[in-house]
Amino acid sequence: MDALREWLARVVAFVRRRNRDQDFDQELSSHLDLAIQDNIRRGMSEEEARRSALISLGGMQQARELHRETRGLPLLDSILQDLRYGIRTLRSDASLAVFAVLIIGLGVGASSVVFNVVNALLLRPFSFRDPERLVWIANGTSTNLSSQTVQVVNLQELRAQSRSFAGVAGFFPFFIGHGDVRLTGRGEPERVTVVPVTDDFFPLLGVQPATGRLFTADECRSGSGDRGFKTALLSHGFWQRHFASDPAIVGRPIVLDGEPATVVGVLPESFDFAGMFAPGSRVDLFVPFPLSPESNRQGNTLALIGRLKAGVSLETAQVEATVIGGRIQPRPGTPGGDWRNGFTPVLTSLRDRVSGTLRPALLVLTGAVALVMLIVCVNLSSLLLARGSAREREMAIRIALGAGRRRLIQQMLTETLALSCSGSVLGLVLAAAGTRLVAGFEATSVALLQHVRVDVQTLGFALTAALLTGLVFGLGPALRVSATDPHGALKRGEHRASDGRHRSRTRGALVVSEIALACVLLTGAGLLMRSLMRVLDVKLGFQADHVMAIRVDPARAQYPTREARAAAQTTYLAEVLRHVRVVPGVETAGLTDALPLGENYGWRLWSAGAKGQVYEGGRGLPAHPRIVDDGYLSAMRIPILAGRSFAPADIASAEPVVIVNQTLARALWPGQDPLGQVVIINRRERRVVGVVQDVRYFGHERSAENEFYLLFSDKNFGSGNSTDLVVRSAGPAMELAPRVRAALRRADANLPATEFRTLPNLVDKATFARRFVVWLTGGFAVFALVLAALGIYGVISYSVSRRTQEIGIRMALGASPGGVQARVLTQTLVLGVVGMIFGAAGSWVAARALRGLLFGITFSDPATYAGALALLAVAALVAGYLPARRASRVDPLWALRAE
Amino acid sequence: MTDDKLDLIQGTLDVMVLQTLAAMGPLHGYGVARRIEQISGNRILLNQGTIYASLVRLQHRGWIRAQWGTSENNRKAKFYEITRRGLKQLASETEYWQRLTDVVGRVLSTAGKEVK
Repeated sequence: MDALREWLARVVAFVRRRNRDQDFDQELSSHLDLAIQDNIRRGMSEEEARRSALISLGGMQQARELHRETRGLPLLDSILQDLRYGIRTLRSDASLAVFAVLIIGLGVGASSVVFNVVNALLLRPFSFRDPERLVWIANGTSTNLSSQTVQVVNLQELRAQSRSFAGVAGFFPFFIGHGDVRLTGRGEPERVTVVPVTDDFFPLLGVQPATGRLFTADECRSGSGDRGFKTALLSHGFWQRHFASDPAIVGRPIVLDGEPATVVGVLPESFDFAGMFAPGSRVDLFVPFPLSPESNRQGNTLALIGRLKAGVSLETAQVEATVIGGRIQPRPGTPGGDWRNGFTPVLTSLRDRVSGTLRPALLVLTGAVALVMLIVCVNLSSLLLARGSAREREMAIRIALGAGRRRLIQQMLTETLALSCSGSVLGLVLAAAGTRLVAGFEATSVALLQHVRVDVQTLGFALTAALLTGLVFGLGPALRVSATDPHGALKRGEHRASDGRHRSRTRGALVVSEIALACVLLTGAGLLMRSLMRVLDVKLGFQADHVMAIRVDPARAQYPTREARAAAQTTYLAEVLRHVRVVPGVETAGLTDALPLGENYGWRLWSAGAKGQVYEGGRGLPAHPRIVDDGYLSAMRIPILAGRSFAPADIASAEPVVIVNQTLARALWPGQDPLGQVVIINRRERRVVGVVQDVRYFGHERSAENEFYLLFSDKNFGSGNSTDLVVRSAGPAMELAPRVRAALRRADANLPATEFRTLPNLVDKATFARRFVVWLTGGFAVFALVLAALGIYGVISYSVSRRTQEIGIRMALGASPGGVQARVLTQTLVLGVVGMIFGAAGSWVAARALRGLLFGITFSDPATYAGALALLAVAALVAGYLPARRASRVDPLWALRAE
Repeated sequence: MTDDKLDLIQGTLDVMVLQTLAAMGPLHGYGVARRIEQISGNRILLNQGTIYASLVRLQHRGWIRAQWGTSENNRKAKFYEITRRGLKQLASETEYWQRLTDVVGRVLSTAGKEVK
């Protein structure tokens, strides 16, 4: 209690210290008066009385300081004093202060942005209830979505038999794209993306609606199977965009694909389904996915998310799920066994599923930014050391006057911390801008990237970074300077206070380590950049330039027969094409059910077998169907390697045809001519009329899989759900967009307004993560290179200025300017070469860790190493050349007179 | 430092200041210092400046309070006065000191005997 009271009193006294000082001065003067009068009364002369009074008081200033120390907060007091002094010193050396603040700002800014990204993607818990207990349940280890998903009956079995899960829910992942369902009835007709989910999907995640309610179990049971949504939940974004955040929408009907459905609720803003499971796209509506015999017959349809019971580990759950998976294996011949697919549960934590693949890249970024901060610290350390030797006399005088070592260190650290904190303020500003930029990337394929933001944690991080930086770069010079030997330092003249051998060696070592660190960053960034270039060099199998696409799905109206429906759709699509093809500027146009690098439709997996061939475990090889029209291949410029493309005649022809890609041709008829062969696709025969080049459907870094092309007009397979119109134009694609849109309106007045996508954009999006990492590491590497060059420049130019006299004498004795220049450059080169040797070794180690991220090159790629070293050598020479030139221009007369 | 003057043990000054104020009533800083010097028969090496540090400490702890007033020879001076809590504190510290000197004295005398 007393201690608290005393502290409070001290704080008050500290705050009101000016007032207290005046008060105490009055008290002291009255003390002196009293003492002097007393002394005079005892017979002293007035002068003697004053002297004696002061002696017994122990000095006015001492009494004041003692009073202040006892009364207030002495540590804070001295820090404030140091700060004032530091700011004064820094002001007198403004260029150093500005430089330090600038590079700390850049360093802290960069690392804060990386921290924000890492935080959003890897650290910050998902906004679900107990997110660490959520697991992704895949079906097998294939990355193919069709085989990762699970059949309804298998979900039901897993739910019934498992004791590890508190619940298992699923969603239908194949719909996630750019508008599948027509929304009409309210406002502009629009294509919306609808995700069907099982009844317990939201409760399992712990997501509560912002308004309204979730689906009832009843609504999830009564669905008619294929389509016909009775109820819908709105995503927050869609509710804001389409319904202007109107809360009255809850309970109102909307029309989805011509069928009425009731909006039962709006999901909260924090629930970002797309950001997590389908980055770069948007999700508008959720509808119930019925677990019914009808939905079961559709095969593997559900992506599963399970919630572990409390205390159950992922491993335990995996073991149990594997057992269940084995128990419910399909048994052909048993009732129902024919239409049951296999289920091999593979469990991963939801976090790993969502951002696990990015972890290595993020670790690389973290490492890179740590290196950058290290270089910043080393650079500043070396600068402060240089300044320290200039301040040696000041320190020597302070020590001689009795300043303690701790006090000097405190003073130096206060200065560096003031620098690093101001730098961090700049860093935070930069970080805010950078974070905004990162979160704003539209063409992102990175989950959760849009959740990157500046928050309290960023502040905490920047503050920590500032303190650490200040301590790291300040402590060395502070210790060094405070250990100054006052005797020696004062004896040396001001201008001759040359560095000891030791100190210049320290600075040399610092520069060497800067070069080495910069070398590691340059090599790493170089390897990643060359990988990116290799990725961009990958032949995608089509030409994206000047191509744009727009969804033109035929209406899903009810038709009496399948044939009637197909006919109506064919007519509709023909009409669309007829109108678009006559638009001036349009070269060719075609239709496809799935764009390369597009969305998940491409994951559909059928079987394709050569006629007469027997296949293990099925009727053919797994292959991806592509449903197109006769204009698609030429619009995409997919090269025909053998045979021919689809022709208009094929549409009416009696014999249905197919075109296969290289990979499938090789797989089905190794060493034979595929042309004219018959493929059996889902029990139907199709004759091969052409072979096309492989298209990298799933991204640059995934090799092509078996693919075959069928026509929309194919009577067995043709009725596609999704249809993209592909338009190749003579000029930049988007310039044509308004005219194409107008043409589409002529073909179908009710066509919903949907955005055009350009294929170059899709290509960009596919390489986004890689480009993102390359841009950041590249930026860091350039920054590091500049810092290293500045470091070299600083050291060499300092040593030249210290040795002006020596150089003058040499030149007076006949040394040529060229010789002097060469000597300085040699000194630079020695530093550079030593740094590069260490750097190359460090790069080798770092590059090994990068292996997983490289594409098309090895981690020991000689060109990259050579390039990085060459860049460093050039930077070192440039940095050394300027001081060398200055050295060669020293006027011997002037230099000697300056003595 | 002269041999016959005693250096103050840390913390003892505060008790002496309290005791002086308790015995003499309100006093200014100079008065306190003089009084301690006189009572100790000038045997204590007192840096008068430290009196003020002690006064601030005691004031912060609420054991004394201060007020500007007029001195015996009509000068403005700051007078210190012991508070009720200060009296309590003085009592407990005095008791503590007596016990401590008692124990220390006893230990020192026995230890001295055994060494001999």
